[in-house]
Amino acid sequence: MTTSSPLTRVLGLVSLAALVTLAVMALWVSPADVNQQDAVRLLYIHVPAAFVMYVAFGITTLASTLWLWPRTRARRWDLLAGASAEVGIVFLALVLVVGSIWGRTTWGVWWTWDARLTSTAVLFVLYLGYLALRRVPADTEVRARRAAIAAVAIAVDIPIVHKSVEWWRTLHQKSSLLDEETFLHPHIHGVMWWTVMVGMAAFTVLFVWLLVHRYRLAVLVDRVEDRSLEQAIAERRAEAGELAGVGR
Amino acid sequence: MWHDTALVAGKDLRIEVRSRVATNQVAPFALLVLVLFAFALDPDRGVLTKAAPGLFWVTVLFATLLSVQRSFAIEAGDATRDGLRLSGLDPAAIFLGKAGAVALQLAALEVVLAVGVVVLYDSPVHGAVLLLATCVLATVGLAAAGTVYGVLAAGLRVRDTLLPLLLMPVVAPVLLAATRASEAALAGSPGDGWPWVRLLAVFAAVYVAFGVVAFGPLLEEA
Repeated sequence: MTTSSPLTRVLGLVSLAALVTLAVMALWVSPADVNQQDAVRLLYIHVPAAFVMYVAFGITTLASTLWLWPRTRARRWDLLAGASAEVGIVFLALVLVVGSIWGRTTWGVWWTWDARLTSTAVLFVLYLGYLALRRVPADTEVRARRAAIAAVAIAVDIPIVHKSVEWWRTLHQKSSLLDEETFLHPHIHGVMWWTVMVGMAAFTVLFVWLLVHRYRLAVLVDRVEDRSLEQAIAERRAEAGELAGVGR
Repeated sequence: MWHDTALVAGKDLRIEVRSRVATNQVAPFALLVLVLFAFALDPDRGVLTKAAPGLFWVTVLFATLLSVQRSFAIEAGDATRDGLRLSGLDPAAIFLGKAGAVALQLAALEVVLAVGVVVLYDSPVHGAVLLLATCVLATVGLAAAGTVYGVLAAGLRVRDTLLPLLLMPVVAPVLLAATRASEAALAGSPGDGWPWVRLLAVFAAVYVAFGVVAFGPLLEEA
């Protein structure tokens, strides 16, 4: 059994090529920033990883909602939610680490209690809790319900965390891509903008590739659990048969 | 439904009054935490007085964990959880009852802690209305969120370690908002505190509503 298929092989190769392109563009083609100098190159990883992380947690929330909705309830949504959260948290960790290195070179500190940083850190812990909850052994149905409700609770909590931390303090520069005004009239120009776009594409393909593999793995694990249960039942039946034979 | 709520809350509170776990263990623990903060932060340099609101709410957060764990520990023995499920009570009422009982215990604890903070940390008291609103809304929010996650973790072998991991980040906004609002009240500038109170109100409303909807399915499992 394998989690790869012609589709994932293509996806894997495309993401590899895109990442190599990104590395070349980010390290050699694009110029250093006037203010941030070479540290700006870290943002070609940071921004796409943050984008992909939001997509991943969005998928988790959506899949959990679909599981909770009785008409669309299916085991695949639960597996997809778990797979997406797991891949998402890897990107979230990447965002925090790269952001921290960037902060050290630009702000002079590894960490600052600014709004975006703090709410991202809380997000990290929230999803760590979610994944810990998923690991607790339980009946598939029970685990799926528990996880789905927890995922929705986290999604409900995120805006509140975000708002509270934003009021608390703000120092981070405004969202550089998703802000409507800057998206239509970007402040970043030319090669830099294209590099970010290549980064977005590369990370998105990479994410899809990882997600497909993780999801298929979850399906296989699920099937193994089912099968070992069936096998155990068959064994017990056989034992019972033998015992009956001895009795006769 | 309100009758059922009162029944469940009454049952939990009666158990607490008779077993005295809240008065003999949780409250002394909370006071102990206040004393430990004084050991950790030098009381002579005014740090304690300045940090009093934050320390107060961190202590309340710890007490919330204990109260929520306790609230579901009393359902663990003798299959009382099954009894509760089979009792025919509305799950929403069970949620409101259990959260209400936790909230009342926390409120009582906050009174004790507030006296402790005033006495031990030499903290001045201003802005009573703002402080009261903060305490009420923060307590409702903590109890509601705590009860949702309490039932989620109840019955798991790893519940004691899993609950803090699940609950603490979720209630982080409550800690933040309650601390800022209390600071504003104590500093004599209540105008800065009211936006935080609104945030606490939103948090409490969201988690009470979430609990009313989600408690039934969560109670059914296990």
